[in-house]
Amino acid sequence: MSVVRLTAVTLAKDLRLEWRSKDAINSMLFFALLVVVIFSFSFDPNAEESRQIAGGLVWVAFLFSAIVALNQTWAREVRNQVLDAYRISPAPANSMFLAKAIGNFLFVALIELLTTPLFIAFYKLRAIGPAWQLLPTAALGTWALVVNGTFFAAVSLRTRSREIMLPLLLFPISIPAIVGMVNATSSILTGDYSARVWIVLLLTYDVIFTIASFLLFETVLNAE
Amino acid sequence: MKRLFPILAILTGIFLSYALYLALVVAPTEQTMGNVQRIFYYHVPAAWTAFLLFTINFVASIVYLARRSPIADAVAVITAEVGVVFCTIVLITGPLWARPVWGIWWTWDVRLTSTLVLWLMYVSYLMLRRFSTGGQTPVLAAAVAIFAALDVPLVYFSIRLFRTQHPQPVIGGGGSIDPRMLHALLINWCAFLCLAALMCWSRYRLEILQKQLDEAQAMESLAARGTR
Repeated sequence: MSVVRLTAVTLAKDLRLEWRSKDAINSMLFFALLVVVIFSFSFDPNAEESRQIAGGLVWVAFLFSAIVALNQTWAREVRNQVLDAYRISPAPANSMFLAKAIGNFLFVALIELLTTPLFIAFYKLRAIGPAWQLLPTAALGTWALVVNGTFFAAVSLRTRSREIMLPLLLFPISIPAIVGMVNATSSILTGDYSARVWIVLLLTYDVIFTIASFLLFETVLNAE
Repeated sequence: MKRLFPILAILTGIFLSYALYLALVVAPTEQTMGNVQRIFYYHVPAAWTAFLLFTINFVASIVYLARRSPIADAVAVITAEVGVVFCTIVLITGPLWARPVWGIWWTWDVRLTSTLVLWLMYVSYLMLRRFSTGGQTPVLAAAVAIFAALDVPLVYFSIRLFRTQHPQPVIGGGGSIDPRMLHALLINWCAFLCLAALMCWSRYRLEILQKQLDEAQAMESLAARGTR
């Protein structure tokens, strides 16, 4: 089977599993909702203030709820030794990595789609800058979280207390991406300055770490 | 080799005391900042040493993934640990200097923030090594070390897009510096390099002993199982 076909099959399997259980989606959605509500109590901002801080709030909420999906990625495969079967099979490791990353991307993107109206309503948001730029920002930012997250989830799988290890590894490495997405979002919402440089930063980050993940994933998967 | 260790220890002691004398007595007092500037003779060499150790960690991680040599892995873990120690010194001495000179303990300036993020990344690297179980630790750690090293330029440029407040580098930055100050700085750096080498060396011996202990215990439990 070709790499594309293998990726599609693995992705379809993950999506079907999620569609039937809805474990990740439900917990992520509820978690993001809680973050929205708690932040609004913690800061109690007016419309102008919330435009200033919304970029940070939105991405912190997405970052934390993405951890829920990322932690599930490989944990699911450990049960019944599915992961060992993967390692024995001749399928290239990267096609599985790509499928997992795309799956996580879709889950996090769905959460973003569902919670964005809540953010807009609760924080009375309105973009002053060019709103269409939010789309590339969201896509590149989500991929930045998800590609490294999927990789580090595979790393933290082999550790004690793996659920806590993933954010400990992911957050420090993600700092440039977080700086990029928060500033891009804030600059679009406030319209004060151009978001272009931040979007380019996100793109660079995505390209570098997608390549690095592809180069190192097989080594990590087969680490003994 | 064993004879060299005490020699290096004595050399480090002499270097450190001479450097202390240079930094506190010989080097002239800075005109605007006064005596507080003298912390610079410790801050800057600690930073250079930490960056050097992290670079060695990166190279050792690549060598480990390519050759799977246990020595490369030992070098990686040791340089990361000692590097975090020196990076901590940088992060402590920096605010001590900044408080009287800038009037603030901390600012989210590019060098400060990058150094802090670097420290965070290598602490998470060490935590991974601590939490990871079994023989795959070196591979996982090497992968994370490579990711961390790739991240450094991105961290730097992402934060650079904000305003920078750190004094421009004095060495090679075109600024003028009293030769006695430069002398004190470089001697201090030599002293710090010796200290780092000493720490790495004794940590390496500890690592070897730990490995021997682990092997001995494994053999013992195998033998015990055999006789039962």
